[in-house]
Amino acid sequence: MPFTRLIEVGRVAMVNYGKDYGKLVVIVDIVDQARALCDGPDMVRQPMYFKRLALTQFTVDIPKSPKKKVLLQSLNDSGVFAKFGATVWGQKLAKRKAKESLCDFGRFKTMIAKKAKSAKAR
Amino acid sequence: CLPWGEREKRAEDAGAGRRRSARRGTGERSGMARSAEYLARGIEAEGRSKSYRRRGLWAIKKKHGGKFPKTAKKQAMEEDSKAKSPRFYAPEDAKKPLARRFKERPTKLRSSITPGTVLVLLAGHFKGKRAIFLKQLPSGLLLVTGPYAVNGVPLRRVNQAYVIATSAKVDVSGVNVSKFDDSYFKAPKKEKKGDDSVFKEGVAKKELSPAYLENQKKIDADLKKVIGKVDHMEAYLKAHFSLKDGDRPHLMKF
Repeated sequence: MPFTRLIEVGRVAMVNYGKDYGKLVVIVDIVDQARALCDGPDMVRQPMYFKRLALTQFTVDIPKSPKKKVLLQSLNDSGVFAKFGATVWGQKLAKRKAKESLCDFGRFKTMIAKKAKSAKAR
Repeated sequence: CLPWGEREKRAEDAGAGRRRSARRGTGERSGMARSAEYLARGIEAEGRSKSYRRRGLWAIKKKHGGKFPKTAKKQAMEEDSKAKSPRFYAPEDAKKPLARRFKERPTKLRSSITPGTVLVLLAGHFKGKRAIFLKQLPSGLLLVTGPYAVNGVPLRRVNQAYVIATSAKVDVSGVNVSKFDDSYFKAPKKEKKGDDSVFKEGVAKKELSPAYLENQKKIDADLKKVIGKVDHMEAYLKAHFSLKDGDRPHLMKF
């Protein structure tokens, strides 16, 4: 099967490693065989290794190396972040985040809910 | 002491005027009409009689009946030293304890602990239980209760260090805890063991005073109303806290 998610200008990727771990970035240019220039909201445009990026299924229609303002505009217009949040991957991440941010009382309540649910299933 | 006339001669030579201006720094002396100059270290510009006259010591003596005034303490000291020389001189200097300058204050309360916070008790008889924080006592300890009717934790003092503050809070503004302070909880002094203690049959069971039980009941009743307002709060307070498989305390938010 051929590769469908390619490193290309406009590809949206999630940073897998490093300071910007977990951020969605857009590939804005290719540097060399191993690195791409990435940019996104809340970050400085910087080269990133391919290996540190997890490619998503989304691309944004942008020219090579657009101005930050242009990039942000196209991100807003395309609604990529919302679309990503709606994917299975995005939902998993959201669930994980919600679980992590639970307080002690929250954990207690989910435990009760889980027990009630399984009791009903039986 | 210099021979007569030497002083004046040296003053001119050495340019006492310069030195005088240099010495005019200090606040006390600049108020005086004329500062005492010096020619060189240890050699004053004006002699004893001149400085005596300038300083007006004759006037002070006159004012106090021909003698210099002495402070009472110094007088007493002089009298003492005249009276008796001590029989014993300590071979080493007596050590003085270091000065302790601090204000006694109750321990600084963590910002996460406010009245009504549910705390997890980590040590002591009630470890693992969740209790409601009522107020900080003047000693710094936290006043806490289960409430007793819910999970068996009575009105009790607890150290802040042995407690996890959760973010769950209950509204205790209507609960009056002003009458509880450290003396309410102070344990009565144990009787000193005499010779009979070995032969005494068992220890008398500690009886709780009815006032104590009344207070607990009242607080419980007040709190029960508030706890009922939050879903699952009573069950939460009844439950014990424990770490389970997969729990990572350093990543857990409370």
